[in-house]
Amino acid sequence: MPPLDVPALVLRNTHLSPDYNVLHFEAPAIAAASLPGQFVMIRTAAGTDPLLRRPFSVFEIIRDTAGSPAGISVLCKRIGPGTARLYDAAAGDRLSVLGPLGRPFSLVSPPAEAWMVAGGVGLAPFAALTEALQGTGARARLFYGGRTRADLFYLDWFASRGVTLDLATEDGSLGAHGRVTEPLDDALRARAPGLAVTLYACGPEPMLKAVAGLARTHGCPSQLSTERVMGCGLGGCYSCVVRVRDAGGTPRFVRSCLNGPVFNGDDLVWE
Amino acid sequence: MDLSVRIGSLVLKNPLMSASGCFGYGLEYADIVDLSSLGAVVVKGLFLKEREGHPPPRIVETPSGMLNAIGLQGIGVHRFVREKMPELRRLGAVVIVNVCGSSIEEYVEVTRVLSDCEGVAAIELNISCPNIKEGGIQFGCNLASTGEVVAAVRKATALPLIPKLTPNVTSVSSFARAAEENGADAVSLVNTFLAMVLDVETRRPVLSNGMGGLSGPAIRPIAVRMVYECAQQVRIPVIGMGGIGSARDVLEFMIAGATAVQVGTANFVDPFIWPKLQAGIEDYMTRHGVARAADLVGTVRVGR
Repeated sequence: MPPLDVPALVLRNTHLSPDYNVLHFEAPAIAAASLPGQFVMIRTAAGTDPLLRRPFSVFEIIRDTAGSPAGISVLCKRIGPGTARLYDAAAGDRLSVLGPLGRPFSLVSPPAEAWMVAGGVGLAPFAALTEALQGTGARARLFYGGRTRADLFYLDWFASRGVTLDLATEDGSLGAHGRVTEPLDDALRARAPGLAVTLYACGPEPMLKAVAGLARTHGCPSQLSTERVMGCGLGGCYSCVVRVRDAGGTPRFVRSCLNGPVFNGDDLVWE
Repeated sequence: MDLSVRIGSLVLKNPLMSASGCFGYGLEYADIVDLSSLGAVVVKGLFLKEREGHPPPRIVETPSGMLNAIGLQGIGVHRFVREKMPELRRLGAVVIVNVCGSSIEEYVEVTRVLSDCEGVAAIELNISCPNIKEGGIQFGCNLASTGEVVAAVRKATALPLIPKLTPNVTSVSSFARAAEENGADAVSLVNTFLAMVLDVETRRPVLSNGMGGLSGPAIRPIAVRMVYECAQQVRIPVIGMGGIGSARDVLEFMIAGATAVQVGTANFVDPFIWPKLQAGIEDYMTRHGVARAADLVGTVRVGR
């Protein structure tokens, strides 16, 4: 389905911390069309400053009491003027939301398991993925890391949906002390022989690179959601490129808005 | 109501064009924009061969604007003709191709290939990209080189020839004159303004290429002034661009002297902008009793 641009009503803005918030939008048509791993481009101001839209993974698909898709939420981290406006948005505001865009994750089916790896705001695509995985019945596990325990959110949400949580913080305040890829490595080593695992990851580039490396070491497929500065989200501007090996093995810049944001970990070339 | 405008031998159904480098090869937008509804689709700049472009970050936002240093990533003219043109023809797009080169010979060769391709309506000559080392702006910042490359390409094609001019010179209108004297059918302006953004924490440029080209509403008044000056100096049509984001802005450029306009950065923000622009122009023409859009061109009233 072609993407839509809708003046979406802000239903709720939940502040998770001084930096993180979740914005809930009424957007039934976008919600109905969105697949896990896809993204939307949000206009943070009606005028020309900030000028460009900002890309956000679809975090949750919001459903009405009948279970029909009614809207989406996005997980935001305040890092600049655009995200500061989204942090301060109020219920009743309307913001232009364009989507859904990009290539989604492909889902695994039992007996394979889905192991999600999130670093910080990289949690963003995994609520929608979790709900989609419930449809396939594949067992899901979330490896989730942040700087400190105050940066880890929605733990109950994932736990209540049967997701096994493996947490890590850089300061050791919750879960393993250090990077999230360490408990991931341990779990991959400790898994039952023959257990097929697909790794899904989103987070800082060094984390994605480490996950791609672990996937190769342990013989697992990986689907990595990349983040780039993005101008348009539709393939017009060529700003969001990532280096990917083509069919012949030659590294080429491709647009992450069209060819991604989700890439096969083996295809990505790290700078 | 007649929205058509004429660029050399080419009659466009309306004055609205995509700006090169801001609309991919057009097909990226085919599922949300009726490409045949645009006056013309100006596609991304093409060299003879494929080009990788610069590493990211390639853009950075500025107040009411943005810098880009994409580095003319592209598939090369041969793949464009083979892979993109059939679908563009099928969709009824009026295709103008932005032609790049690192030598006069390359400009001529790319133009020849396109002139043999059914459905290419005109050539926009890119002598103004600020982001590549060889070619491009080297030709566009020197009057003699501009004249030389325009004259050479002129000999190679019967298609309307539209050199795209850089604002990064002392007098854009003298370059417009050089283009006209050497056989151009029109000129388009302005390309982006060479600019720079630094990260003060690291003291490094934000863009991988160091500098980039500034576009967006921030440059609009300067672009309008340059279009106005050029339109005073040449008899060939001027195609205006620089920060257009509304019908009001289109009209401003046309009144300043632009026969047609290109929309670039605004398409990133609102890819559904095209019918809104056309409706706004029609509304203005109704309110002002203007029957033909072409009658608006160069109608600045001077004096009080």
